[in-house]
Amino acid sequence: MSWRLRLERSVTPSRTTVLLVSLLGVVAALVFAVPVFWAYKVSPWTAYTTIAQRSLGSWAGFMEVLRRAIPLMLCGVGLTLAFRARFWNIGAEGQLLAGAVAATGVALFTKIPAPWLLPAMFGAGFLAGALWGAVPAVLRLKLRVNEVISTLMLNYVMIYIVEWLVHGPWKGKTMRGFAYTDFFPAAAQLPLIPGSRVHWPTLVIAVGAALVVALVLSRTRLGYEIRVVGQSTDAARYAGIDFLKVMVAVMVLSGGLAGLAGVGEMAGVHYRLRSPTHISMGYGYTAIIVAWLARGSPLAALFTALLFGLIFAAGDIMKASLQLPAQIVGVFNGLILFFIIGSELLLYWRIKWERGWTGKPGSSGS
Amino acid sequence: MDWQTWLIGIVGRALAYGTPLLWATLGEVYAERAGVVNLGIEGMMAMGALMAFATAQTTGDPWLGLLAALAVGGVLALLHAFLTVTLRANQYVSGLSLTLLGLGLSGLLGRGWEGIALRAPLPNVTIPGLASIPLLGPMLFQDESILTYLGLLLALVLWIVLWRTRWGIVIRAVGEAPGAADAVGINVALVRYLCVVLGGLLAGVAGGYLSVVYRPAWTEGMSAGMGWVVIALTIFASWDPLQAVGGALLFGALYHLSFRLQQWVAPELLKLMPYAFAIVVLAFVGLGKAQRRRGAPAALGLPYVRGER
Repeated sequence: MSWRLRLERSVTPSRTTVLLVSLLGVVAALVFAVPVFWAYKVSPWTAYTTIAQRSLGSWAGFMEVLRRAIPLMLCGVGLTLAFRARFWNIGAEGQLLAGAVAATGVALFTKIPAPWLLPAMFGAGFLAGALWGAVPAVLRLKLRVNEVISTLMLNYVMIYIVEWLVHGPWKGKTMRGFAYTDFFPAAAQLPLIPGSRVHWPTLVIAVGAALVVALVLSRTRLGYEIRVVGQSTDAARYAGIDFLKVMVAVMVLSGGLAGLAGVGEMAGVHYRLRSPTHISMGYGYTAIIVAWLARGSPLAALFTALLFGLIFAAGDIMKASLQLPAQIVGVFNGLILFFIIGSELLLYWRIKWERGWTGKPGSSGS
Repeated sequence: MDWQTWLIGIVGRALAYGTPLLWATLGEVYAERAGVVNLGIEGMMAMGALMAFATAQTTGDPWLGLLAALAVGGVLALLHAFLTVTLRANQYVSGLSLTLLGLGLSGLLGRGWEGIALRAPLPNVTIPGLASIPLLGPMLFQDESILTYLGLLLALVLWIVLWRTRWGIVIRAVGEAPGAADAVGINVALVRYLCVVLGGLLAGVAGGYLSVVYRPAWTEGMSAGMGWVVIALTIFASWDPLQAVGGALLFGALYHLSFRLQQWVAPELLKLMPYAFAIVVLAFVGLGKAQRRRGAPAALGLPYVRGER
């Protein structure tokens, strides 16, 4: 006779439980990151307190967190929508870059007059991201191409397109041989919150997008169809839902929002197209964690985006004042994601020890 | 240059570049046959490459380096198995976090090793006798790494195990119908753990090949998306070890061509070729066999819970 572990699906957990368990996951990741600091001979306590003081402890620090969170909000909100429909969009990175390319094209190569230039850039960026996102949706439904692969591959395709543009046809004449385009004209640059680098119009768009997506999900026919498709393909089929239409709509929105994030980075931070690693540094991939942690809620994604904005800002701080390499952000992100999905077991399953004989389990005795 | 030397060059280099793809794809085929997708290949390859380089550079023995790569791949895969099999976490998300972690960690730990030429790379070998077969000899058996030959041999062995032995039936059963496998007394969790870890071991070696044989040096991000191509190759190969050989060769040739055509086309556009091609290939697979069953394991991606459907 022995004791054995049994798992039972528990009822839907309360919001507080979800929040607590998620926070526990984040804390666990911070604890597990301690050896990394030791390896660089930095006291983890000093590191964490420095980060806290310089990010959340000051206005300027918090503004940097906010600036980093903007693209994560836009990509993350879009991804919550895709994940709700169970479409594995791993391509926010490429969709963001597509938006950046379109914004650059409009800013540098059109003659749109000043007040309309920025709206045109956002419009073009949305369309480019939407196109880059809709292709995998069509490929999956028409040719059964796994979307994880197609969205990922399109990331690489777009990364190399950007590399090609900045090394070749769009290379700036004023950049003395460096791989940048020329600077955008002043009319193509977004205003900032004074004393910070926060391009607030993009932030407003991000918050607006979250509200719109939340409304679409809860109040519209499309939202209903998305939820049905995400919960059960069989049910969706019986309900006569047009999969192609729903998936393309989802990916137009999801990719389009990532495209807007790319426009924001161009018109609000860099003012020129440059090497993809400098534009994004993995916002598109991090947004997957943002959306996952938000458990499919676009409004919650605004807050989880702030959390990861903090981690990106912390990466900058660690680089500047602790001489730690920037890759530490990737390690943090990976660890946090691990602990979050590991902790899901605590949320959706109840662990029970039960006495029984080894071998076949007894009937569930709950 | 006549067409023979040209062909020999292409196939030879395709083999060299296809070798890491082959090793990692063989591993992923086994993991997915048992029902577990591992999107962490890219991260495991990056860590394998770093560990192999650091170990080979320190000890002066490339084989020890490959052993280290094998080990680190296995350990990372064990983590994935624990999360997806024991904790029933989402396989996609777990694999992605493995990739994030592997890329981040290898970049972080590899800073001191960046840009050094390895003092003890694994030399290429020519198989005497076989290499003197006209055309085929110099194409396949001349100046290739031992790992290339081992990879081809491994593909054959894994094919036989999968399709001609009891173990193969057990693995396929676990991936197709875990409930039925469980009912006849197969330990589903154990089989999945073993297959995922095997996948990690092979992905680790694939990474080690990059830094100890192919490049002999370590640079951050040297796996350059190969881990993702492997996921596509696994589907392209219909989850079959021998078809994986053809797929790896095809993509190896493509990578090689992206170097060869640089005098005519911008290198950045050539570099996107393998990734665009992966999508095109999968689209054609979907187009061609849309009606027939594609051979994907039925329980792929689903955690197994006894007594639940």
